[in-house]
Amino acid sequence: MSAETVTRPAAADALARGRGRRAARRRVLLGVLALLIAAAFATTLMVGRTFYPPGEVMRVILGEQVPGASFTVGTLRLPRAVLAAAAGLCFGLGGVSFQTMLRNPLASPDIIGISSGASAAAAFAIVVLSLGDFEVSVFAIVAGLGVAMLIYLLAFKDGVAGTRLILIGIGIAAMLDSVTSYVLSRAAEWDLQEAMRWLTGSLNGTTWDEAVPVALALAVLGPLLLSRSRDLSMMQLGDDTAAALGVRVERTRIIVIVAAVGLIAFATAAAGPIAFVAFLSGPIAARIVGPGGSLLVPAALVGALLVLVADFCGQYAFGTRFPVGVVTGVLGAPYLVYLIVRTNRAGGSL
Amino acid sequence: MTPVGTAPAPDPAAVRRPVRVRILWLLAALLALALLMLASVALGSRNVGIADITAALAGTDATLEQAAVAKRIPRTLLAVVVGAALGLSGAVMQGVTRNPLADPGILGVNMGASLAVVTGIVFFGLAAPTSYIWVAIAGAAAAAAFVYTVGALGRGGATPLKLALAGAATSAAAASLVSAVALPRNDVAGGFRLWQVGGVGGASYDGIAHVLPFLAAGAAISLLSARSLNALALGDELAAGLGERVALARGGGALGAVTLCGAATAVTGPIGFVGLVVPHACRLLVGVDHRWLLPFSALLGASLLTAADVVGRVVARPEEVAVGIVTALIGAPFFIYIVRRQQVRSL
Repeated sequence: MSAETVTRPAAADALARGRGRRAARRRVLLGVLALLIAAAFATTLMVGRTFYPPGEVMRVILGEQVPGASFTVGTLRLPRAVLAAAAGLCFGLGGVSFQTMLRNPLASPDIIGISSGASAAAAFAIVVLSLGDFEVSVFAIVAGLGVAMLIYLLAFKDGVAGTRLILIGIGIAAMLDSVTSYVLSRAAEWDLQEAMRWLTGSLNGTTWDEAVPVALALAVLGPLLLSRSRDLSMMQLGDDTAAALGVRVERTRIIVIVAAVGLIAFATAAAGPIAFVAFLSGPIAARIVGPGGSLLVPAALVGALLVLVADFCGQYAFGTRFPVGVVTGVLGAPYLVYLIVRTNRAGGSL
Repeated sequence: MTPVGTAPAPDPAAVRRPVRVRILWLLAALLALALLMLASVALGSRNVGIADITAALAGTDATLEQAAVAKRIPRTLLAVVVGAALGLSGAVMQGVTRNPLADPGILGVNMGASLAVVTGIVFFGLAAPTSYIWVAIAGAAAAAAFVYTVGALGRGGATPLKLALAGAATSAAAASLVSAVALPRNDVAGGFRLWQVGGVGGASYDGIAHVLPFLAAGAAISLLSARSLNALALGDELAAGLGERVALARGGGALGAVTLCGAATAVTGPIGFVGLVVPHACRLLVGVDHRWLLPFSALLGASLLTAADVVGRVVARPEEVAVGIVTALIGAPFFIYIVRRQQVRSL
């Protein structure tokens, strides 16, 4: 009797200590990620054809006129860096939301065709209808939601099975990618750089007109998604369990789908479907922060870091300037193969 | 007696078609192909009269119309041989992997061939037309081996889902590498983007002559493996019990299929979904016996690609939709239909 009264608090203590340690570790890791993003962001602003010291960059950001630096940093590099970070956050957040909700790392928007839909719509809106930036975003979102709904409906047959949804998504993606190629081939003057934007994603020639809508979408939809992170974690236990724990499953699902597709579509309308960022961020974040706790924030940070670093490497690491999507594609595809190999080896339920 | 994981058990009538029915379908398919070839020569972005068509078929190209028709003839021939190659290759791949979703496009084999060709052009200065084809076949073989190895790891062997995913991943990887290799060179990238979509627009008699021996060799290997594929369809153990050397049968079939789609990709660029759609349609018409299924797939593949090329030329006049885009638009819904029909358990 007495032994029990002694051990129980001790066990609880150990549990609380463990929990506290994990939380502290998570905070440190997130802090490190944020620092890395800040460093990558600053490097992107300072380094390029010409180097500008931090002081001059700061003065440009604060709005002073600095000869040379005002144009290079203020007009060329700053919007690009902002879009890289914002699009990375959008892709990371949107991707991991889908992966968490559908309980499968392969169910990310860029594999199941949602990014392809947004990209095809954006290319169509620009090339064929010659619409402005805002209308293009609207087009991309409507198409993204439409594709999401279509995949869900097509995959529905006595309930939605994850494998069927993914296979159908792969088919839809193949179809939409060929629509994109067709739209691009109809463009009067073929601009390879512009085409790469819609095929793999690119940040070349970014202006504030493209960067600002993405940042705004992130400011509105990001918190909305984050507010659902508890519900999402519970839905990982299964819909029935989540409902028993007081989660309104259907409502949460709709909010998450709309918000995540919105993020992906806004980012795609501005930067194209940057290859594999939505898919990669979640698994990488899971590796970094370990089990337990929501992956939304870590994945968003990983996404931003990926895009910033990949864009920087694409611009300066090689003889030619590669669009960011080619870099993330070359990095991401082997990781996808590795993930499949690992899951297959483990005999997982792929 | 279909193995678990390929299809719901077909009724016996669908498996064994009477020979009379098969011959009837064979004649119908030949007639359809002939009509489509005629349509392919007659229709296009420029309207031509009957007189011009007959004149051009006889070999004159005095007027603009006759010259246009004369240019459509090699194009039609190329569509026929490449379509036949892709249809046959898809049927063999579905037999070898016992997987209803197998297709050179979906399994990433076409993309592997693309990557090999681009790498060869950029880094090794390939120029001779036949060397493209060798390199493309090597790339296709490497991609096929890789995808099958990755897809066959773990429990359950090469299930449709695992193969399709490994193929999609490999395809994406190869596509990224292709852009990374091609982008820095404007001369390569410019010509390359046309090729990348997959089209028969740039057909020439020379090109066809170069690729034809390869396609013939691939077709011969594929058709010879028909009997072994029938045995493989019973499952590996049963096939081995019947005296079939399973690994050899698989390897032979794969070699034929890879040669066909690699060589086809070398001349037209990656064209997807022909190899997926055609064998399924053929199974409905002539049953599952590969000795009938394989030649029929070649025939229907030729018809499908010719038809897709005609559609691509007619719908967007005066411009053209590349045939690779048309086949994707036809084929992807079909892919989804097959996925929906499958039982989830077997995926």
